[in-house]
Amino acid sequence: MTEKIATRDAYGQALVELGHRMDKIVVLDADLSKSTKTALFAEEFPLRFFNMGISEADMMGTAAGLAASGFIPFASTFGVFATGRAYDQVRNSIAYTKLNVKIVATHTGITVGEDGASHQALEDIALMRVLPNMMVIVPADGRQTFQAVEAIAGYEGPVYLRLGRPRVPQVIPEGFPFELGRAQLLKEGKDLAFLATGITVGLALEASQLLKSQGINAAVVNIHTIKPLDKDLLLQMAEKTGALVTVEEHSVIGGLGGAVAELISENYPVPIIRVGINDTFGESGSPEALLKKYGLTAENLTTAAKTSMQKKR
Amino acid sequence: MPVISAAAMEELRLKTKKLRKDIITMIYQAASGHPGGALSVLDILVVLYYIVMKIDPENYLDPQRDRLILSKGHACPALYAILADRGFFPSSLLAGLRKIDSPLQGHPDMRKIPGVEMSTGSLGQGLSVANGMALSARLENSRRRVYVILGDGEIQEGQVWEAAMTAAHYRLDNLTAFLDYNGLQIDGWIRDVKSPEPVAEKWRAFGWHVLEVDGHDYTSLLEAIGRAHSNKGAPTMIIAHTVKGKGISFMENQIEWHGRAPNKEEYEQALAELEK
Repeated sequence: MTEKIATRDAYGQALVELGHRMDKIVVLDADLSKSTKTALFAEEFPLRFFNMGISEADMMGTAAGLAASGFIPFASTFGVFATGRAYDQVRNSIAYTKLNVKIVATHTGITVGEDGASHQALEDIALMRVLPNMMVIVPADGRQTFQAVEAIAGYEGPVYLRLGRPRVPQVIPEGFPFELGRAQLLKEGKDLAFLATGITVGLALEASQLLKSQGINAAVVNIHTIKPLDKDLLLQMAEKTGALVTVEEHSVIGGLGGAVAELISENYPVPIIRVGINDTFGESGSPEALLKKYGLTAENLTTAAKTSMQKKR
Repeated sequence: MPVISAAAMEELRLKTKKLRKDIITMIYQAASGHPGGALSVLDILVVLYYIVMKIDPENYLDPQRDRLILSKGHACPALYAILADRGFFPSSLLAGLRKIDSPLQGHPDMRKIPGVEMSTGSLGQGLSVANGMALSARLENSRRRVYVILGDGEIQEGQVWEAAMTAAHYRLDNLTAFLDYNGLQIDGWIRDVKSPEPVAEKWRAFGWHVLEVDGHDYTSLLEAIGRAHSNKGAPTMIIAHTVKGKGISFMENQIEWHGRAPNKEEYEQALAELEK
């Protein structure tokens, strides 16, 4: 495994690089720039950075005004505040208006860790996914975050980009092409398919290795774009393997699992086991301890894989 | 500020009468809507759209145009009547207000109507967006100006005060806000529902340049806007004292006219009053 990097660190670096290439990029933060890493952009481009203080609703509205005037605002804070605290502003001033605002949230999921449930966004994908016009992206690692930031900067329209706090291993091979809306088949397999997003992609790859030693051949797909879903590849996986397991560091309600279940049940019904946070709030602890306690482990994924396979008709 | 001749001022007063008729007719035809606030805010919009703002209906996306956000989006019949009269879209569309397949939504949609700069309706959001537009103008060294109109009940929304801090912190002197202070909100007099007083002192305490005017007096409004333009280093709030339902005797200061349409008899009476 190569060097670990947090997706938020990759975001900060990508912003600086893009800032040099695209003078319409401006960045807003709500007093968390050192944590979200937008401080790197602030240092390089102080006149294009706006610290909005602790007022996320106002930040989203201001970003909408900048976008309406032709700028490309990246608005950052923690996931709970970006989506929950400022929901009506995101809905009415950004999604409904289809303005070119990039909402980039860090500190999402259970791996926020020690800060506990108040700061662990486990419903943010669901909240953003139901908004018309909103694209939802969850990169798997640092390198993919860099690609995603670059891609959304060049895309016209509102985007929610979900990032995390801890340093995570690189799991996507270097040079693997990244395209918005196009899922990545990382490993072929015929017995079942793991459909994973964000930092759980690494877990799925690990689980597929464990299964291999038990004679089970699992495919692994990285669903970095949760909306719009890559319908073609997902249906292809359902047809080919006949058993699916979704994996996400998010509630099993309304996120990747929900989205996949909606698509598959309407088009090509096969068993789906959703692995994620089971309709509960999180708690304090180290990211590793929390992932283990809430079932986001490679071992647990192998169990889910077998359960899904047993349900095949 | 341009100097307005007495004749031009008189012409504008006649124009406003016609616009009041348009508003009442639209709401009557829609059989729903918000006449009270549309009539209280109209004179402010008239001064901005016919005298002050640099806008061109033929080139309505000109990046250097001035911007107006009607943050109290429910008053949109006033804005629609003006935009149609100024030629942003055909007046025939006014009859579609609030009806299926019409671009004239119950609250304004920027993606459906030329000249609407921001979709509003969920109260409290317009000032933040106006700040973003004002920051944009500054980033581009543009002299374009941003105007935003808030309702008096609307300033009960917390986001307004977040945005008030932002505008003052960033010294947005290219931004002029208006408070349509008609004193009434859906549930009654705002002083009874939840008083925002002392209003002027609040905005001053938030770092704003604050002026108070009669919101139906063109000369006072123009003078205040002129002072807003020449003020440096802080945004200006013009507290415009207005009358809800202005111009229709039986609607004036009556809370029941916040959000209901006139019936046929009331409609005819309103038109008759405006004919005088």
